[in-house]
Amino acid sequence: MVKVDPSEITPEHEYLSRRAFMRAAGAVGSAGLLAACGVQPGEESAPSEEAASSAASGATDELGDPLTPYEAVTGYNNYYEFTTDKEEVAELAKDFPTSPWTVEVGGLVESPRTYGIEDLLSKFDQQERIYRLRCVEGWSMVIPWVGLPLAALIEQAGPTGEAQYVRFEAILDPEQMPGQKSPWYEWPYLEGLRLDEAMNDLAILATGVYGKPLPAQNGAPLRLVVPWKYGFKSIKGIVKIDLVAEQPTSLWMAAAPNEYGFYANVNPNVDHPRWSQASERRIGELQRRDTLMFNGYEEEVGALYAGMDLSANY
Amino acid sequence: MAVHLGAWIPLVLIIYGLLTNQLTVNPIQAATLRTGKTALVLLVLSLACTPLNTVFGFRPALKVRRALGLYAFLYAAIHFGIFIGLDYGFDPQRVLEAVFEKRFALVGFAAGLLLLPLAITSTRGWMRRLGRRWTRLHRLVYLAAVLAVVHYTWLVKSDIRVPLLYGALVLGLLALRLPPVRRAMAGLGGRWKHRPAG
Repeated sequence: MVKVDPSEITPEHEYLSRRAFMRAAGAVGSAGLLAACGVQPGEESAPSEEAASSAASGATDELGDPLTPYEAVTGYNNYYEFTTDKEEVAELAKDFPTSPWTVEVGGLVESPRTYGIEDLLSKFDQQERIYRLRCVEGWSMVIPWVGLPLAALIEQAGPTGEAQYVRFEAILDPEQMPGQKSPWYEWPYLEGLRLDEAMNDLAILATGVYGKPLPAQNGAPLRLVVPWKYGFKSIKGIVKIDLVAEQPTSLWMAAAPNEYGFYANVNPNVDHPRWSQASERRIGELQRRDTLMFNGYEEEVGALYAGMDLSANY
Repeated sequence: MAVHLGAWIPLVLIIYGLLTNQLTVNPIQAATLRTGKTALVLLVLSLACTPLNTVFGFRPALKVRRALGLYAFLYAAIHFGIFIGLDYGFDPQRVLEAVFEKRFALVGFAAGLLLLPLAITSTRGWMRRLGRRWTRLHRLVYLAAVLAVVHYTWLVKSDIRVPLLYGALVLGLLALRLPPVRRAMAGLGGRWKHRPAG
């Protein structure tokens, strides 16, 4: 339902034109970028090549809503490490080095390990997922991500019995990321999930978007995507993933504990203390639309929160 | 003349941006933010006119005070119009919920509402008719400016340094109206003026 098998909806000529595009990209010396997309030049069945197609063929999310244009997805970004101006992020991030890049997986696990980003791309199944993204500010997009299931990585690490939560840490590099010079926030960006949330099939670590390598402004080379939660939970530029026993304190929880909780599930019935969350604007649309419980993923994730008071656990 | 030009430029730029699709991919929000910001800037400028005259002896400031206040009201009205019309599509339930259930929108609405009687009574005729009461009525602008800053402060996600800067400006401009402060400042200015040259 959420997953799309692109081969079903992609005419062959689009595969071919995409292949030509990939070759052209390789020809201008973006071999590193291609590698970051999991595509080796000349490789026959590259998953992200298939993924590119659903975007090109007017795909929708499972509710029938069209994808947000690539230009909007990659040109309107909240990435405070660079700047709070959503339209400036892409420009400031354009030279951000995303290779080489390592991701340390550790904490309460049987086999801690440091992965190069290329390992994550080649050793894990890269899948396309078309997800809604709902920002806590009240706007939303529909985005075709490419990435690996978070559960696959956690399973490979083997959480011990004490592991209850997953703690994500983003890169700290104030020289490359001018926003990190702001003393207002406690860098690096931190996020966390309950272990069962992290193991949910919806949770992915994205490596690409629209079948292309993830641009830096979208969190390259590796970002979390948890579509039933407000966008800020989907931490970008991940360098460290730890299994831990205690609930991690995210950057936003530390910055404004009464406004941003650990869960941050999209919920039209639980308002932000200062503004309503009942409706949202889909980027590209004029009319507001009602915000859906768990951003429309109640069937997939509702059971995780059975019996919980969601206004207390915001 | 410069005031009129300066006051219309932001609106022209916003409309141009809307028409040419250059106002971000979220143009309604951008237009809301920009009209709101312009209204606040104009309001602060209008509050600066009186102390510029009383404290610093710059009389021409008084001539543009009314225009600045009226333009602030114009931008506040457009800001509110975009909010209920473009943003919420005149959907009464959503507008009521957004305005009356959330303090951030409510204080903004209150600030705008306070400006309305001031805009209406800004003419010479109303000044004559109201006499001394006109001055008292127009002190509502102090409250409107404070509420506008609170509205702005509650809007930002976490980093409230810029809203606090506006808050400091407003409080400073209000403090300059207090007789003891005014006298002390004017005394300073007086000494400056009468310092012998050379």
